[in-house]
Amino acid sequence: MAKRIDVKDLNLYYGKFHAVDQVSLAVPPHSVTAFIGPSGCGKSTVLRSLNRMHEVIPGARAEGKVLLDGEDIYASTVDPVSVRRTIGMVFQRPNPFPTMSIRDNVVAGLRLAGEKNKGKLDEVAEQALRGANLWAEVKDRLAKPGGGLSGGQQQRLCIARAIAVRPDVLLMDEPCSALDPISTLAIEDLIGELKKDYTIVIVTHNMQQAARVSDQCAFFNLAGVGQPGRLIELDDTEKIFSNPGQKATEDYISGRFG
Amino acid sequence: MSDFAKVERPAARETGSRGAPPNTAPEGTITTPPQKPGGAPGPAKVPTRPGDRIFKAMTVGSGVTIVVMIVLIGVFLLIQAIPSLADNESNFLFSRDWNADPAALAFGVLDLLLVTVFSSIFALLIAMPVSLGIALFLTQYAPKRLAKPFGYLVDLLAAVPSIIYGLWGLYELAPALRPISTWLNDTLGFIPIFATGSSNLAIGQTIFTAGIVLAVMLLPIITAISREVFDRTPSMHIEGALALGATKWEVVKTTVLPFGRAGYMSASMLGLGRALGETIALLIILASTTQTFSFSLFDGGDTIASKIARAASEFNDPKGAGAYIAAGLVLFVLTFVVNAFARWIIAGHKEYE
Repeated sequence: MAKRIDVKDLNLYYGKFHAVDQVSLAVPPHSVTAFIGPSGCGKSTVLRSLNRMHEVIPGARAEGKVLLDGEDIYASTVDPVSVRRTIGMVFQRPNPFPTMSIRDNVVAGLRLAGEKNKGKLDEVAEQALRGANLWAEVKDRLAKPGGGLSGGQQQRLCIARAIAVRPDVLLMDEPCSALDPISTLAIEDLIGELKKDYTIVIVTHNMQQAARVSDQCAFFNLAGVGQPGRLIELDDTEKIFSNPGQKATEDYISGRFG
Repeated sequence: MSDFAKVERPAARETGSRGAPPNTAPEGTITTPPQKPGGAPGPAKVPTRPGDRIFKAMTVGSGVTIVVMIVLIGVFLLIQAIPSLADNESNFLFSRDWNADPAALAFGVLDLLLVTVFSSIFALLIAMPVSLGIALFLTQYAPKRLAKPFGYLVDLLAAVPSIIYGLWGLYELAPALRPISTWLNDTLGFIPIFATGSSNLAIGQTIFTAGIVLAVMLLPIITAISREVFDRTPSMHIEGALALGATKWEVVKTTVLPFGRAGYMSASMLGLGRALGETIALLIILASTTQTFSFSLFDGGDTIASKIARAASEFNDPKGAGAYIAAGLVLFVLTFVVNAFARWIIAGHKEYE
């Protein structure tokens, strides 16, 4: 439950392209950390490296350390599959499995982990859906396909799916960018609640959102096209938005570029 | 045909702007084109351009041609078959004898139909899992550098003429299969499909040999379509499964297979349609026989297509030929039914796409 993450000297590559240069940061447990920065600055790439989803892309590789409560998830003895079971992820566009019912979507991760007991699965499905503030809306149609829900509901279904396996960390890659303001609000409220149980890292293009939901905020930037992205600064959200330590951060959050 | 011209843009724009009250917003009045006050707009004349008209005529013409051709083929088969069917002394659908002597027509299609369906389904049962394996290997497991040339190789199988398959089946595969077929016959002979049939196992001109050759011929068809469908599995679903901690096989099981199932099934049905109509390879491989089909893989016999091909050089009487054409009509309908079935599978799966 809710572990801390320490990233040390992380370099990320897509083939020969050096995408992220020397990132080190720390994420305390039970906190929300927001990654902000212009497109191409590597914030999503860093996020995806935290549960070893980065290397899924052909040619992509990572150098450096990512410690989950002190254990390096990039150690040669670690199975990426087991890493992804303890670090959940929610994507930019809601991606429930289209051939599965709402209930089966929620328990998909548990099924993969080998849980077969129907009663247990039902119980977890209800818990996770309640946890994602979706239970009241879907409890009468659990057997219907997940694709029939609205975009915002689908995204909460994906959050339910991610938390159903009780991960240590929840990664969110622009979870609201495909949603309308009301659904966005629902997800932001949910993030505030989930913080009690999980460590959350969220990538967002929406700076107001970063200011609303996060405890600390990391600003990434790149020197130019074709240059690797860098972590410019990481600090308490309040400080980043009121009195940032770097000129580039101030320029970005005040809307002077990006 | 003029339905296509229903979108009349200028008219649509006029009704659209009339629907909006002109004075609600200043922007509204700016973008509203000037209108004649009070007068209802007359029917707008849509300018049609010659290029559009010619191209539309060509596409509609092509579309109509294909429908007309299929109908004409059906009508041709019917017209040619009816006189022979009228003179037929056997029950066409249920008799297992074939006597196309114009003086004493007594023919039934049942035996041919059974051999056709039996050999095709046997071929399909072999080809389906193998094709699935190849398609999954090419799209999910093979390194990209290997997948391309390997894919071409599979496609190349489709380009081999069926006469070559026939010769290969008879002169290479049949002798090679002898130990296997003998063993199956010896040990599992009590099961009807492995029982001793009408064909000599030592020579191997059996449905067993023919079915395996057919299966090889089906591989490229089923593989090509399945590969394309599997390749189109949305990466967001694959990543969703990976992020839940799915292994490679679990990703395939939870995303690729459900997504591609309808495509794979319809690919198989297309393959079945191909197998049902395959002629020359079967003509070469299968031993002709006077015995009726006993549902054994080690029977010889004829499919509808090979029976027609065997007799085609001797068509000199319309009555005799009509008997074969009637059989051809059955094949025509059968492939129609199979294709309709494939369509039905796809339609039943639509809500997930």
